[in-house]
Amino acid sequence: MKTLYDILDWPGTKWIFLILALVMPLASLLTWAERRQSAMMQDRLGPNRANIGPIKLKGILHFVADAVKMIFKEDFVPANVHKGLFTLAPILALAPVLIAFCIIPFGPTIYPHSYFETLDPYLLATQPTNVKFADSIRMQMFQVDFGLIFYFAVLTLANYGGTIAGWASYNKWALLGGLRSSSQMMSYEVAMGLALMGAFLVTGSLEPGFIAAHGASNEMSGSNPLNWLWLWQPVGFLLFFTAAIAETKRAPFDIPEGEPEIIGYFVEYSGMRWGIFFLAEFIEIVFISSVIATVFFGGWQVPFLDADGFRIGGYMDPIHHVSVGGWSLPLPHAVVTGLQFAAFGLKVILLCWFQLLVRWTLPRFRADQLMALGWKLLLPLSLANIMVTALIKLLFMEA
Amino acid sequence: MSASHHDDVHDEAPAGLKVLAVSTTHPRVRTVQISRPEPQDVSFLAATAKGLGVTLKHFARNLFLPRKSLAARAQAGAPPDEKFFGDFQRNEIETVQYPEEKVKYPERFRGLHRLTLRDDGAVRCVACMCCPTVCPAHCITIIPAETDDKGIEKKPAVFEIDELRCVVCGLCVEACPCDAIRMDTGEHAKPVEDRARAIETKETMMARGVPSIATQGGEGPNWRAGGHEVTPDDVNR
Repeated sequence: MKTLYDILDWPGTKWIFLILALVMPLASLLTWAERRQSAMMQDRLGPNRANIGPIKLKGILHFVADAVKMIFKEDFVPANVHKGLFTLAPILALAPVLIAFCIIPFGPTIYPHSYFETLDPYLLATQPTNVKFADSIRMQMFQVDFGLIFYFAVLTLANYGGTIAGWASYNKWALLGGLRSSSQMMSYEVAMGLALMGAFLVTGSLEPGFIAAHGASNEMSGSNPLNWLWLWQPVGFLLFFTAAIAETKRAPFDIPEGEPEIIGYFVEYSGMRWGIFFLAEFIEIVFISSVIATVFFGGWQVPFLDADGFRIGGYMDPIHHVSVGGWSLPLPHAVVTGLQFAAFGLKVILLCWFQLLVRWTLPRFRADQLMALGWKLLLPLSLANIMVTALIKLLFMEA
Repeated sequence: MSASHHDDVHDEAPAGLKVLAVSTTHPRVRTVQISRPEPQDVSFLAATAKGLGVTLKHFARNLFLPRKSLAARAQAGAPPDEKFFGDFQRNEIETVQYPEEKVKYPERFRGLHRLTLRDDGAVRCVACMCCPTVCPAHCITIIPAETDDKGIEKKPAVFEIDELRCVVCGLCVEACPCDAIRMDTGEHAKPVEDRARAIETKETMMARGVPSIATQGGEGPNWRAGGHEVTPDDVNR
């Protein structure tokens, strides 16, 4: 911890920034947005009453009211529950999601010493040790080659939260809900992992920061929307999106919970313990949106905005992998990075909104339909996707 | 085999089923092809896209267009406009924001009771005890008192209705022989903080009262003959 830049480049600082600036506000607002959006879709108004004095903000303050209510509710633990596991389960549901955020590149690398001047990408490619690029801050906590594998590994742990909650509750309904939760996770995580394999084959990397920065092809700039993977892996995108909704345990795949009638694994939970389960679910929505935005929609890339400003119609320098030529509008590094942060936030918000739209449109699958969809449709399709992608890459893309 | 006309009706193949073969001896025995869902149906993709379109349309409409007037929202069964934006002006949100917006109750809505008044402002009720007798919830308490008017003999000294017990059936109104009690105020029982406040007294119900247009009694034992001949009109009025 020598300088301010070291503190800013410390993963803990980035984690606090990401959680406080994006994840927590978005997850809290989603609890309101979900009710409000579902109401709008069903020709109702939804919650719009919560206020502090005259400040109403269309009911946004409902999440404050909810939080206050849940915190001050009695911390009730039913008789005969396994007290240790009963307490552990909400933490097990919440912690993995917060940990998994460390692989998400939520912004471009910032070079503080050239913050107010236009970045020279050639200089960056040829002299990365130049004093202009010292003390760089990479907006990703944990940059490893196995980034997305790490996310699969960590997020699988969240499933233990539901299963253990069901088991520790000393309630047969909760136990059945927990079992449904594990069976659903098992059927969908396979397809989910395999759905991303095609993307790995195309980009040649498992590192989300690399995928966001470079896109699918070296022929185009990473900021070109045609270079983002939604176009190169449409089947993989659909499969991953479907499996990811199942992962968040929300409708149409909400058999583990089934709030209205088939009782779910947190039936014995109340107050803030229950609130943590729901917070974890909403954070998972934000996380899934971040992953989809990063892998399939260019992450923090703004369309046609390169490191040195907007550029349309340029080409890639094959030696230095720098976008040159075409019509360009040079912008200072500060403006470029600001736009790119905003782009990431906007993409995540739009994808969250789309997940809410799906959740309030589709009815719940029956358990057997869910299994059939997972094992008999998603899994074979994702395997076929890998094969086809590999063949195309082998036959047409490898020189 | 010749089938009657009646049988012909039943021999038609059910809609949507393709008949592959018909038995020669028993024409109603058929081999049919059942339509199983196609793979594209099983994937739910087309149906999902269609459903998302419907909900998205409603969401966009309700988000961007101004609200309907309260009167339009209060009118039940008004057909929704199917056009998206074009000449479509208002969204479809039906919610009535209750304390700020109120829908007028229908005319026959049974609300809080009122006691109607005589021309001089006295209560019309003659304490005949018809309404506490007919009341299925026993919520009406009347303590009668004598009145100077020999034509009506009695008036209520106490007339109380416990709105917590009242089942709003309206039988008291039907039982009343002199249009003294009505439920046409259009107000519903308000929430109270203790039970005693839910009891409507004679004074509160008279405060809501209106003069009745029904024939007013109380002109003495011979009021029918008073001043003119009794006609069927007088009786039936």
